[in-house]
Amino acid sequence: MGFKVKKTIDEINEKIKRGEAVVVTAEEMVKIVKENGPEEAAAAVDVVTTGTFAPMCSSGAFINFGHSTPAIKAYRVWLNGVPAYAGIAAVDIYIGVTEPCEEDPLNKVYPGEFRYGGGHVIQDLVAGKTVHLKATSYGTHCYPRKYLEKEVTLKDLPYALLCNPRNAYQNYNCAINLSDKTIYTYMGILRPRAQNANYATSGELSPLFKDPYLRTIGVGTRIFLGGGVGYVAWAGTQCNFKVPRTEKGVPLSPAATLMVYGDLKQMSAEWLVGVSILGYGCSLSVGIGVPIPILNEEVASFAGLSDEELFTQVVDYAHDYPNGIKRSYGTVSYAELKSGTIKVLDKEIPTVPLSSVVKARKIAEILKSWIKEKKFLLTEPQAPFPGTELYPFR
Amino acid sequence: MYKKILVLRFPAEVVEQPIVYQLVKEFDLSFNILKATILPGKEGLMVMELAGHPTQFNKGLAFLRELGVEVKTISQEIRKNEEKCIHCGFCTAVCPTNALYVDRETMEVKFDPERCTGCELCMPACIVRAMEAHFHKELVEAS
Repeated sequence: MGFKVKKTIDEINEKIKRGEAVVVTAEEMVKIVKENGPEEAAAAVDVVTTGTFAPMCSSGAFINFGHSTPAIKAYRVWLNGVPAYAGIAAVDIYIGVTEPCEEDPLNKVYPGEFRYGGGHVIQDLVAGKTVHLKATSYGTHCYPRKYLEKEVTLKDLPYALLCNPRNAYQNYNCAINLSDKTIYTYMGILRPRAQNANYATSGELSPLFKDPYLRTIGVGTRIFLGGGVGYVAWAGTQCNFKVPRTEKGVPLSPAATLMVYGDLKQMSAEWLVGVSILGYGCSLSVGIGVPIPILNEEVASFAGLSDEELFTQVVDYAHDYPNGIKRSYGTVSYAELKSGTIKVLDKEIPTVPLSSVVKARKIAEILKSWIKEKKFLLTEPQAPFPGTELYPFR
Repeated sequence: MYKKILVLRFPAEVVEQPIVYQLVKEFDLSFNILKATILPGKEGLMVMELAGHPTQFNKGLAFLRELGVEVKTISQEIRKNEEKCIHCGFCTAVCPTNALYVDRETMEVKFDPERCTGCELCMPACIVRAMEAHFHKELVEAS
């Protein structure tokens, strides 16, 4: 391709190892590209770090809790009272973050508080707390035990892998409520008659906004995940490249997603936080940061996209969303959303962020420092996601 | 003008009486209901800002007590646990007085206790339960 600046990931890694790589955060890149243009920015900058921190419901962990004597083929398993999926090998389980505690009153007393669930179990584990495990079974010749209770800690567990089928949504709806009653959604509390507009992306810091066609991100991309190192496994569920885009190519509505995984044992409770969303359910706020290798001026131009150039749709969550009606009440930029008010339906509506920009900034800074300190090298993706293609890396 | 935030507990027997109306009509007090709920045992709980002339204010309180209404001035303080807060913004959707707001410079969620009326809407709205009500013995007054 006819780019003026051409770099490979190998070359960037060599620079990182020599301590010569220029690493900037996505917010810093916005300024650099604005001031110097994408070509100069591409020549000057090697890596752009991104970040996002928000509830990501499609998350969970594969855990192997070790064999006991006599052995058990776990049939039903609970961690601190939260059911885990046990329909895999004997002592392997998957704990999903939206699974509430077995005795949770759910929405019986509306709106339910959902105080403890799978996300909280994961946070407790990474915080080093003891978690109560209960398993039942029906007994077999090879696994005769029918009941097991024990206290486990992350340190003692033979294996624990955070494995999230859908994270880091590239763009997300801005939610309003056009009914005359308050509603409780995964997009937070929405007051009636569009009294607030809630949005859930970190905008110009958000990983997939900075590489809109995922041409540097693919299978095996090494990332910041939950305070540790993780990898991109594959396209996340609902990953979609066929969406309306701006002239520059940025999705105007929810688009690509990532499936990610990483060893839970090196993650931290600061970046995996169990959350309780009133009237909706429990979940886990996940910290993710993706490094974007600045291979050429096109990558630089994308990585330099600012909040003014990133847009989303305003969607009604009282009637339209639950009924699958695809209707937008307006296109708004992340600059407007972050300003505190948007103008929709001829009225000024206060905006409410659900994604923490404070934490997203911190993730981008941490990832930047890891790379600068040579602790984190970039990986070359091994395959693109279906529906897109990678830049040639060599 | 005298103004206080009160926590009123109505016994089940008087829940159906228009008591707040009497405060306005008989004692010339103005009110702003911040929270009102009927509990499972049929007793009522109301958090209300009441304002008026001090003499009338005290007469109003005496009237309430005569009816068996338990009156307390706001005896708790809402605090934001900075260790827990993740600066997401969920709470700002419900705070009626903007005591919880996003600092646009830093995008941090800030809490201004001066503007807090103690309505507690933020407590279950906070997804990490960083908003806490602290009981203050010294603030519990017999009024």
